[in-house]
Parts: sequence; structure tokens; C-alpha cells
Amino acid sequence: MVKRLTMKIARLVLAVLGAPSGPALADQTHVAVAANFTDAANEIAAAFRAETEHEAILSFGATGQLYTQITQDAPFEVFLSADAERPAKALAEGFGVDGSNFTYAVGRIALWSASADLVTGEETLRNGRFDKIALADPATAPYGIAAVEALTTLGLPAALEPKIVQGKNIAQTFQFIETGNAELGFVALSQIAATDRGSRWEVPADLYSPIRQDAILLKKGEANAAAAAFLDFLKGPVATAIIEKYGYGTESGN
Amino acid sequence: MLGLSSDIWTSVRLTIELAAVTTLILLVVGTPVAWWLARSKAHWKEAVAAVVALPLVLPPTVLGFYLLIVLGPNGPGGALASLWGARTLAFTFEGLVIGSVIYSLPFVVQPIRNAFEAVGERPLEVAATLRATPWRAFWSVAVPLARPGFLTGAVLGFAHTVGEFGVVLMIGGNVPGETKVLSVAIYDFVETLRWREANILSLGMVIFAFAVILSMTLIEKRMRKVRQ
Repeated sequence: MVKRLTMKIARLVLAVLGAPSGPALADQTHVAVAANFTDAANEIAAAFRAETEHEAILSFGATGQLYTQITQDAPFEVFLSADAERPAKALAEGFGVDGSNFTYAVGRIALWSASADLVTGEETLRNGRFDKIALADPATAPYGIAAVEALTTLGLPAALEPKIVQGKNIAQTFQFIETGNAELGFVALSQIAATDRGSRWEVPADLYSPIRQDAILLKKGEANAAAAAFLDFLKGPVATAIIEKYGYGTESGN
Repeated sequence: MLGLSSDIWTSVRLTIELAAVTTLILLVVGTPVAWWLARSKAHWKEAVAAVVALPLVLPPTVLGFYLLIVLGPNGPGGALASLWGARTLAFTFEGLVIGSVIYSLPFVVQPIRNAFEAVGERPLEVAATLRATPWRAFWSVAVPLARPGFLTGAVLGFAHTVGEFGVVLMIGGNVPGETKVLSVAIYDFVETLRWREANILSLGMVIFAFAVILSMTLIEKRMRKVRQ
């Protein structure tokens, strides 16, 4: 009985270890990706794989959280930040490779609600006819900083203060609104670029400083050809088209 | 104090309030459940026990996800909240209490159930022959005898609520004074690289956890001695 079980387990282990995993991949690279870039990154990684046969393994998280992990020796080789500040910091603190950082996308924010008529424009914020408004935590999430900046430019933060709830990152912020727990909130335009659902107001770019999202090659990936290839691919026309499709600006197209 | 800003103390106070309210509710709700689980002969009672124990095994994200929907405007939580004009129970202290009660339920029910089972039939039968009503026997015989279980349950429920993180993160919305509890504050400090504050609070948690576990062990030991 025990012997039979052992055999079974052994066979299972062999099957898992020895299973042919599709076409042999050239190389892998671990990429830390800011949560707002999730959908675009997935599509880019798929295109990257199709073109180069390298595989980009994506880890998503809040930029601040990812950076903290990088300082603690996380196995990331490429970092797609939601801001320009963290990659610069990575350089200054010796985690990044000199001269490898560049702006891969320029983020935009939108005021969005899952219900069809709620958001009509700036006046939605002024009227304040809602219970909860969600934004990403400005202490760690660049999209949260942009949202607060826009509110400040409009002269509104004090009036809205008690209604604000914070998502840990822009993905959670979206989820608060999507589930209706907050009637509306500031999301990344990229999160709603693919849908017509709900109601939205694309916040004019002059209300907040542009959200420059920088990428950087980390020291861990310096020797990995796949990591460099991924960054090259990110600058190329295929990736740029995907990035713009998701509602971001790019340095070249913007 | 300790050079920590006032919002940290707000988090500390909020955490203690949350844990205290949760523990109180858990004792009220958990006791009848534990009693029934200990005494019932129903053959499906272990299924109920398994449901109570679910939070031990489920990742907090599962609870957080369901709670976000259940507490929201399209769930029963939203209907409840509409009684006082709100739309959702998420992002509120009340919402956190509901989440914490569910999350810490097994930590309170299990020790109390064990204690009731340890009391056994005999003392209650004796009480019955002395013409005590079941209600009276419960309060003057079963509960005093099961006291160690109540104590363990209360301490564990309190401590586990203090240590709660995932559920709060998912339904809290990080509102200072309302849902920003200690564990979330620590997470924020780590994320923003404010490691001095993170260190002070984390060390405090370690000491707290150690004190809880040690005192519980000592209390149990002492109670056992008293009984013998």
C-alpha cells in the first residue's frame, strides 16, 4: 500500500519535472511591474515572447512596495515603475544600471464611476453628491499623487477629505469603484481604456504634473540578455502601439 | 511619545478598540455556538464546526474579496448601511468589526467548545438532580468550570484581531481613525521606507505577541493546578 503510494508520487514528480513545457524558451527575465500597467504589460510580454522566444515573468504590485522589495534583494531584473522617482532612486542607491532608465509611458488619470450617469465632469466633484470617492494612496502610488494634485488645483481637497478612501494601489482603487463600494474615484485611464462602461471624465493634463513612468534595468539583470531584450522591446514600435492603445502617452508619440 | 506622530497613536487606539469590540461580540456570539457544538448530538454538527473553522484555512484575500461584495451597495451590508443613510459598510469601523468577527471566530469558539466538552455531562446532571433549571446550570456550573476556555478564547480572539492584516487591507480603504489599524500603518511605513517607525511599531507587536502567548500559557498552567 505504502509502496504503491510512493510509486504514484514518484511518477507524479517525474511527470511534473520531465514534462515538455512547450517550445524550448531561450531565456527568462523577472520583471517587476507597477499595478497600473498590468494589462498593457501582459500584452507586451505575450508579444515579446512571440517575437523573441524569451519569457518575461511579471510580478505586479504597488511601486513603493516593489521598490522596497528590490532594496531587499528581490529577484527582479527589470523594474517598470509608475513614477520616475523610484528608478532614479534605484540608480542613486546602486540597484540600477547606469543609463538604462527611460520613460516608457506617460500615465493619465480619469475620474470614473461604474454607474452610467454619475460622472459628467469637474462639476461632479464640486457638487459632491456621493458618499465615497476612491483614490490610490498618495504616499506610495503616483496615481494617487496625481489625483490629490488635481483636487488641489481645483481647490477641493478640504471639502472631499472625509469622503476619501484609499486603495493600496491603483488596481485596488479600481476594485473599490468597480464593486460599487465607492461610487466614483480616480483611476488610471489605462484601466478603463478598453471599456465604455460607466461614466468618466478624463482629467485635463494641466491639472496635474504628468505621470512619467520610467523603466530601469536592475543590477540583477545586467548579465541577462533577456532582460536587456525586454527593455529594447519596450522601446520598440510594437510595444509603443500597445502602450498607446491602453491610454498612455509615450515619449515618442506624445 | 517615542517621537511618533499622533496619527500612529490614532492607529494604536483604533486597533485596541477594534480588538476589544470584536472580542466582546465574539464572546456573546461564540458562546452559544460553542455550547451547541459541545453538547449537540446532531450528526451534522461537525459540518457546522468546519464552517466555523474555515477562516483558519482560507487566505484573508478570499474573505476580503467576499466581504467587499457582501458589505457593498449590492449586498446585505449595503442594505444594512442604508438604514443610517450610508451606501456601504466597507471603509467603516463597523465593516471591520464584521470582518474581524468572522476572521477570529474559530479562535474564540474552539477553546470554549473544548472547555465545555471537558466539563462533561456529569456536573450538569448533578445540577439537574438539585433541581437547577438548564439555564441556571449553564450559568452557575458550566460557565465557571469552563472559565479557562473563555479566557483563552478571549485572549486569542483579541490578539488575532490585533494581528489582522489582509482582510483589513482589502475592505478598509486606509481611512485614518476609522480603518487604518496598526498592521496597515506598519505596511505603509515599510512601503514608504520609513523604517524607523516601522521598526518601533513592529517591535511593539513582537513584544505584545510574546506577552500574550506567555501569559496565556502561565494562566492555563495555574488554572490546571487550582483544579487539581
